[in-house]
Amino acid sequence: MNRTQAYSASGLLMGLGIVLVAMVWHLSVGAKSLPFGTVLEAFLHFDEGQFNHIIVRDLRLPRALIAALVGASLAVAGALMQGVTRNPLADPALLGLMAGASLAAVLALSVFDLQSQTLLPVIAAVGALLAAILVWTVASRAPGGATPLSLTLSGAALSAFFAAIISVLHLLDQQTFDALRGWLVGSVAGRDLSELIWSLPWMLIGLAAAIVLAPSVTALSMGDEQAAGLGIPITRRKAQLLLCVVVLTASSVAMAGPLGFIGLVIPHLVRLFIGSDYRWIIPYSALFGAAYLLGVDVIARLVVRPQEIATGLITAMLGAPLLIYLVRSRLN
Amino acid sequence: MTHLPETLLRVDQLTTGYQDPVVFDANFHIGSGKLTALIGPNGCGKSTLLKCMARILKPHQGQVILNNANLHDQPTRHVARQLALLPQGPIAPEGLTVRELVAQGRYPHQSLFQQWSREDEAAVQEALSMTDTVELADRPVSALSGGQRQRCWIAMVLAQQTPVILLDEPTTFLDMRVQVDLLNLLTSLAHDHGRTLVVVLHELNMAAAFADHLIMMKDGRLQAQGHPDEIFTRDNLKSVFNLDAQILRDPYSGRLMCVPTQVPHHTTPAADIALAEVVQP
Repeated sequence: MNRTQAYSASGLLMGLGIVLVAMVWHLSVGAKSLPFGTVLEAFLHFDEGQFNHIIVRDLRLPRALIAALVGASLAVAGALMQGVTRNPLADPALLGLMAGASLAAVLALSVFDLQSQTLLPVIAAVGALLAAILVWTVASRAPGGATPLSLTLSGAALSAFFAAIISVLHLLDQQTFDALRGWLVGSVAGRDLSELIWSLPWMLIGLAAAIVLAPSVTALSMGDEQAAGLGIPITRRKAQLLLCVVVLTASSVAMAGPLGFIGLVIPHLVRLFIGSDYRWIIPYSALFGAAYLLGVDVIARLVVRPQEIATGLITAMLGAPLLIYLVRSRLN
Repeated sequence: MTHLPETLLRVDQLTTGYQDPVVFDANFHIGSGKLTALIGPNGCGKSTLLKCMARILKPHQGQVILNNANLHDQPTRHVARQLALLPQGPIAPEGLTVRELVAQGRYPHQSLFQQWSREDEAAVQEALSMTDTVELADRPVSALSGGQRQRCWIAMVLAQQTPVILLDEPTTFLDMRVQVDLLNLLTSLAHDHGRTLVVVLHELNMAAAFADHLIMMKDGRLQAQGHPDEIFTRDNLKSVFNLDAQILRDPYSGRLMCVPTQVPHHTTPAADIALAEVVQP
C-alpha cells in the first residue's frame, strides 16, 4: 500500500464519519428538535419509556436510512455512467430511467385510477426497468449496437418523449397531478421501514457490485482498446455495469421518486478531492452521496418549518450552483 | 529485471477486419527479444492486423498463436499477462496522475482479494524508472507534453510485465528528437530486457533505423518481411509505397535510409557532411 492509498483509506473512514454525523443531525431535526445527545442515547441506551427515543428509532430512522441509501445509490450510479460512457454529463436520468419511473407513476394514478400510493414504489421501479429495456432495445438496433453513445442518445430521446406524455396527462388530469406533485420532484418523506426492506437488498447488491467492478471502470475510462489490452471482457463488463446502474436507479426511484442532480454532481465533487481513479471514486461517491442527501433533507425540513419542501427541489437548488462552481474551479 | 519467459507469437493464415476483411492471409512469426516494425501505406491494414494480434478484433479465418495455443481462445486476463497493447492515441481520464496511470497496468495481476501487492508496487516503480518518468509520477497526465505522455503510456504497458508488447503508432505526432528517444527506449526493451516488441510505424527511416525485422504490407497483404538490409530496397519502396527513392547507407550507424528522388537538386554539397554510400538494389 503506498502513501496515496493509505491517505485514501483513512479518508474513507473520515467520509464514513461525516455520514454518521449527518445522520445524527438528520435524526435530531423534525417537528420537535432533539439534542444530539438524545439521538445517540436512543441507540446506545434505548429506553422504551422515553418517547423521544421512540421518535428517533421508529419515526425518523427509516427516513434517514432511506436518504443515506438513495443518496449513495444515485451517486454511485452516476459515477458508473460517467466512467463507462466517458461522458462527464452522464447520470442515471440520461438512460431514461427517471422519466420511465415518473411516467409509470403518472399512468398508474391517472389512467388506471390507482387509489392509494402504497404501490407507487413498485410501479416506479417497474417503470424504470421497462424504460431501461426500451432504451436498450432502441440502442441495440443502431449501427454498432448498444454502445454507450447510442444508449445515451436513445435514453435522451425517450426521456423527452416520456416527459411529453407526462405533460399531456398533466393537462388532461390536473387532480392526479396535485396528488403526485410531491413524488414527481423526489422526496424521502413518509416511507416506513417495510418499504425499505424491498429496495434494501437491491441497493446493497448494486453498491457491492459497483465497488468490486470499480477498478475496471478506470480501465474502461481509458478507452475500449486499452481496457481490452488490460484483459477486461469489454462487452460483458459494460453490460454488468449498466445493469448495476439500472438496479441502483430503479431501487432509488422506488424509494424517493425521480431525484435529480445527485448522480451528476457528487461524482464531480469527489473527483476534485481524490482524482480520477474509480477504485476510489466509487466508494467516495457512495459516502458523499449519502451525506449530501442527508444534509439536503435536513435543509428541506428546516427552511419552512413546520412545513417542509420536497427534497428533490433542494437537491437541484443546491446542486445547480454547486455544479457551476465545480465547472468554474475545474476550468481554472 | 524480472525474468520473463520466452513467448512465441505467430500469425497463421490470418484473415481479419471489421464487417469486411481488411487483412488477408497473413503468415509470419515474431522473433523473441526483437523489435519488429509493421510498415505500409495508410489504410494498408497494419493497425487492423495489430488489433487482431491483440484480440481486439476476431479472426475471420486463420489464427494468432500465442505460446502454442490460439490467442482468441485463451481467457482475456490470462492473455493480458502475456501480451500488452498500447493503442493509437490512448485517452487518459482528466486528473489521473502518472503513477495512477502506470498502476492500471497491474490490473491483470490483481483480483478481488489481491488488490495491491508488493510486486505491484515494485513493477510500477521499475516501469517509471525504465521510462525515466519517476519525476513526473505525481503530476496529472493531461498536463504533460506529447513525448512525456507517451513515455507514461509505455510505462503503463511495462508495468503489465508481459513478454510481448504491441504498440500502434507510438511515435506519430511527436518531434523527431522525441521519436528517437522513444525508439531507443523500445530497442533497449527488446535487446537489453528480452521483451518482444511489435510496433506499427509511420516513419520509414525510423523503421529502417531501429527495427530488427520489417514487415511490409500493402492492400491488406504482406509484401515483404525480413531484416531491413534485405528488404528495405528501392524496388520494395516502389511497389509497396509507390515511392521513388534512393536507398543510402548512413556511414555512422551503418543503417539504411531512403531519400525520395522527387526532391529539388542541390548542386554544391557542404564539405563537412559525410557522404552516404548509395546502396544499389
